[in-house]
Amino acid sequence: MTTTQTITHTGRIGDSAQRPDGTLKVTGQFAYSSDLWMDGMLWGATLRSPHPSARIRSVDIGPALAVPGVHAVLTKDDVPGLNAYGLDHADQPVLAADVVRYQGEPVALVAADHPETARLAAERIVVDYEPLPPVTDAMLAVGHISWDTPGQTGVPRVHPEGNLVRHVKIRKGDPDPQADVVITGEYEVGMQDQAFLGPESGLAVPAEDGGVDLYVATQWLHVDQRQICIALGLGPEKVRLTLAGVGGAFGGREDLSMHVHACLLALHTGKPVKIVYNRTESFLGHVHRHPARMRYQHGVLRDGTIVYVRASIYLDGGAYTSSTPAVVANAGTMGIGPYDVPNVRVDCYGAFTNNPPCGAMRGFGTVQAAFAYEAQLDRIAAELGLDPVDIRCRNAMREGSRMTTGQLVDSAAPVDELLRRVQALPLPPPVDPTQLDLREQPGGVSNTTHGEGVRRGVGYAVAFKNVGFSEGFDDYSTARVRLEVVGGEPVVTVHTAAAEVGQGLTTVIQQIVRTELGVENVVLAPADTQIGNGGSTSASRQTYVTGGAVKAACELVRGEVFDIAQTCYGRAVRDLHLVDGKVISPAEGGIGSLADLLIGTPVERTIEWRHRPTYPLDPETGRADAHVQYAFAAHRAVVDVDTELGLVKVVALDCVQDVGKAINPQAVRGQIYGGALQGLGLALMEEIVTTDGIVRNASFTDYLIPTVLDAPPMQVEILEYADPHAPYGLRGVGEPPTISAGPAILAALRNATGLPLTRIPVRPEHLIGSVGR
Amino acid sequence: MEFLTPESWDEALTAKALSPDALPLAGGTDVMVELNLTARRPPLLLDLTRIPELTTWSLTDDGRIRLGAGVTYRQVIEELNDELPGLAMAARTVGSPQIRNRGTVGGNLGAASPAGDCHPPLLAVGAEVEVASVVGSRLIPIDEFFTGVKRNALSPEELIAAVIVPTARGPQQFSKIGTRNAMVIAVCSFAIALDAHHQTVGTGIGSAAPTPIRAHGAERMLTHALKSLWQRRGPLPEDLVQQFALNVATAAKPIDDVRGTAAYRQHALTVMARRTLTWAWDEYWSTGEAAA
Ligand SMILES: Cc1cc2nc3c(=O)[nH]c(=O)nc-3n(C[C@H](O)[C@H](O)[C@H](O)COP(=O)(O)OP(=O)(O)OC[C@H]3O[C@@H](n4cnc5c(N)ncnc54)[C@H](O)[C@@H]3O)c2cc1C
Repeated sequence: MTTTQTITHTGRIGDSAQRPDGTLKVTGQFAYSSDLWMDGMLWGATLRSPHPSARIRSVDIGPALAVPGVHAVLTKDDVPGLNAYGLDHADQPVLAADVVRYQGEPVALVAADHPETARLAAERIVVDYEPLPPVTDAMLAVGHISWDTPGQTGVPRVHPEGNLVRHVKIRKGDPDPQADVVITGEYEVGMQDQAFLGPESGLAVPAEDGGVDLYVATQWLHVDQRQICIALGLGPEKVRLTLAGVGGAFGGREDLSMHVHACLLALHTGKPVKIVYNRTESFLGHVHRHPARMRYQHGVLRDGTIVYVRASIYLDGGAYTSSTPAVVANAGTMGIGPYDVPNVRVDCYGAFTNNPPCGAMRGFGTVQAAFAYEAQLDRIAAELGLDPVDIRCRNAMREGSRMTTGQLVDSAAPVDELLRRVQALPLPPPVDPTQLDLREQPGGVSNTTHGEGVRRGVGYAVAFKNVGFSEGFDDYSTARVRLEVVGGEPVVTVHTAAAEVGQGLTTVIQQIVRTELGVENVVLAPADTQIGNGGSTSASRQTYVTGGAVKAACELVRGEVFDIAQTCYGRAVRDLHLVDGKVISPAEGGIGSLADLLIGTPVERTIEWRHRPTYPLDPETGRADAHVQYAFAAHRAVVDVDTELGLVKVVALDCVQDVGKAINPQAVRGQIYGGALQGLGLALMEEIVTTDGIVRNASFTDYLIPTVLDAPPMQVEILEYADPHAPYGLRGVGEPPTISAGPAILAALRNATGLPLTRIPVRPEHLIGSVGR
Repeated sequence: MEFLTPESWDEALTAKALSPDALPLAGGTDVMVELNLTARRPPLLLDLTRIPELTTWSLTDDGRIRLGAGVTYRQVIEELNDELPGLAMAARTVGSPQIRNRGTVGGNLGAASPAGDCHPPLLAVGAEVEVASVVGSRLIPIDEFFTGVKRNALSPEELIAAVIVPTARGPQQFSKIGTRNAMVIAVCSFAIALDAHHQTVGTGIGSAAPTPIRAHGAERMLTHALKSLWQRRGPLPEDLVQQFALNVATAAKPIDDVRGTAAYRQHALTVMARRTLTWAWDEYWSTGEAAA
């Protein structure tokens, strides 16, 4: 079940080392969490609410229990601990109690000897619901009749304490500034899904000590463990988690899904229980990206200098808190983009509604705002007759700028350089009308145009994102590094609880160890809760924080090895190095080989490593050194739009990103390609559509993600301006390209069509305003 | 769930007669999705993939193609591009390579989705569906085959044996709207077939009514208007193309749904009708078929 991976592919910091799991994945042999298996295991199924809001009058499990093959049917009464969990605030029931607050909320569980039996039995459970009118509008939910304007009364409360999850206020500079030109716009962002391909799944195994071992695909073992313990009423020593193969995450696995459910069933039946969601259940069973409604006002001088920004942002958090408070903080603090603006007023609200719960997704609050602020920048440029890149460069944040929060930007912030460089990349050639290749046309092989109605557009966007956890969160990672000699060869074993979710952390850890200890053979122990917290695989933070922890642990091990070497050598030697399994000194040559120095005595060090501290936002002004680090990316999109049919072909999507230090250049590129494509998806097609709180497209038939024919060629340029505060000077990589890609595509679409396009995803019917009607 | 595996067509028909509620299984690209999403739990599956004659096509005495129900999209694309260009174009738009390798024309007809991509080109050329039971077989004209949303004219004892498709007697086109550039269900689609021999025009509309439909009015109008034009080498008058496009759109009865609005579908149909007619007609006169 757990695999220890031995590595033969070498590579150090700065090399494109191969992934330890790469061959297994491309040959279909990698074991994902849905492949978990144990003899005699049962299958769990979840009964979910069909209503977005309802009172539960009664639940009759009798008919389900009567189904042959059923071992257990559980409801809220069977939750031994606190029937509540949540990342920031435990307000989400493990199993619904008196009410359900969203469609898909778990109500009851079944364990049976066959998944089909479990599913059928779950359908037999009789739940008597009294449907209630759902709250589905975030602005109304917080009682606003329009932007920042309270006055709506009588809105049902999704939770007793009200529907406002958080209101972040940013106040910087003059509250009443004067400008030559004022540009106001309203924007809307639909609900994107992480659309990871490996559905929620895991296996819970009851243990003899009354505890449980859970093998599960997740982003953060320890925060799962904490929540599971509370729900089960067990201590952490009784609830042990091991990471199972993760088939993508993108934020959607930061919250619990089937974790507690499988453990409950396993403890209840005394048998291993596996739960695997199908695709529809997966869409209902994890949090999404917050939909947003935003109003922006920019005051500018005639020369294009931005004097002030005012923004109101409403984020729909759905039925439970999840990570909404932190998403609200991100959208608020980074809501004006990577621009240096003296006067800022941002109000960002997170609301409870009866829509699907929303939480973490790649970009985490900054994605929504970027669509609005970059649209505004283009409108300003058009209004003043300025070039879109020039206006961005004129206002660009740089090292030494002050954030909206007053925080000093104290490392490289090459916003203008990123833009200039992406602008300088070669443009794709125009379509040759004599060489018709349908795959190059909007609509692709569907044969909708042979060039008729097609117009090209070019657009730019730049974005930034905080790396790591902010606002005073104690953000750290734990690493254990053990160096020993096995069969005459030095081997390093690294143990962390940090989740590899496909991004390549395991590769990076090996590169760090090879660099720091000069040992090729690096073994990764399974990620589990036997070691301390590794923190979340989110916020672009693992290479920084777990990478930092591994580096620090290696330094301790190295120091110990040097002590041993000097003891053996008989005297102190300065300037020692570990190279190819040997301790050497430039002055004196070889001091000893690890094979000789370490016989029988492994050197092992465990360390908790923290990035520099951050601080909470002032509730009235938002002032604080709230963030650890910023990462920046700029995109240029080139699109061909069929202006009669509203179909789009993205012709090129080029990116320049500053990563501080590319630990693994190929992995960096992979993040940029994939991140950009996810941004393209949100711009053009990816949306969970709800009507009155009911999801209408919970499958890949109608939740569309880009295919290879939608993926444009991408030129990528990587800059490496070291951040002196970060290990190796690196910056988080995973999120920035997701943020800038979509706004660049929207800019290109506006350039091609002349339409304002204020809502994403853009639909074909939005793109046909200009011609053919 | 039981799984029946007849080795011959007669066996299959007998099985269907004995168990009318058995669900036929061809490529499984519709059936398996429904099973996986637990939308359907048939008591019996009737596997038709072991019956060799279903997977072949042949030329009939009257010069039409008899396409076995189990012929895949890939076969249509690779083997019948010249004879059935409209169907081949539609086949190229279906799913992904994996789906085109497994998915069949018979399965598309069996599913009878208003969005099925085979249907518009089959409507445009006036194909016939050959269905059979232990009692015998019958031919159903394609425009009587679709009886409702995902319903067709088969009786519970019947199976689709083949579809009989006239070979092209003039240029054909197929065009489909989707919100991504591959692997997409039609938001709406349109097929046109020019019959230079009989001097007629056929059409088919997908995803814009409860069933796939022909645009009868548009066909009649254009057939009539073209009478004097077949012998002339030159482009069509613009107002005629526009009139045709509007007639096509009027034939449609689209709805608003998660894939698109009714208004957009109507608009897109006019654009597709205009463009595909222009492409087909320009191919007709510019490649010298006009002289033939
Ligand atoms: C990823 C994906 C993409 C797709 N993309 C498209 C697309 O672009 N366009 C499109 O039109 N479709 C698409 N489909 C749907 C599907 O591939 C087609 O409808 C295909 O033609 C079905 O053929 P099949 O052989 O797989 O049918 P099956 O799934 O085996 O059967 C489909 C239906 O027909 C019945 N049936 C099959 N054979 C017979 C028979 N001989 N007699 C009576 N009934 C029969 C079955 O009982 C069932 O109801 C897609 C499906 C998937 C999974």
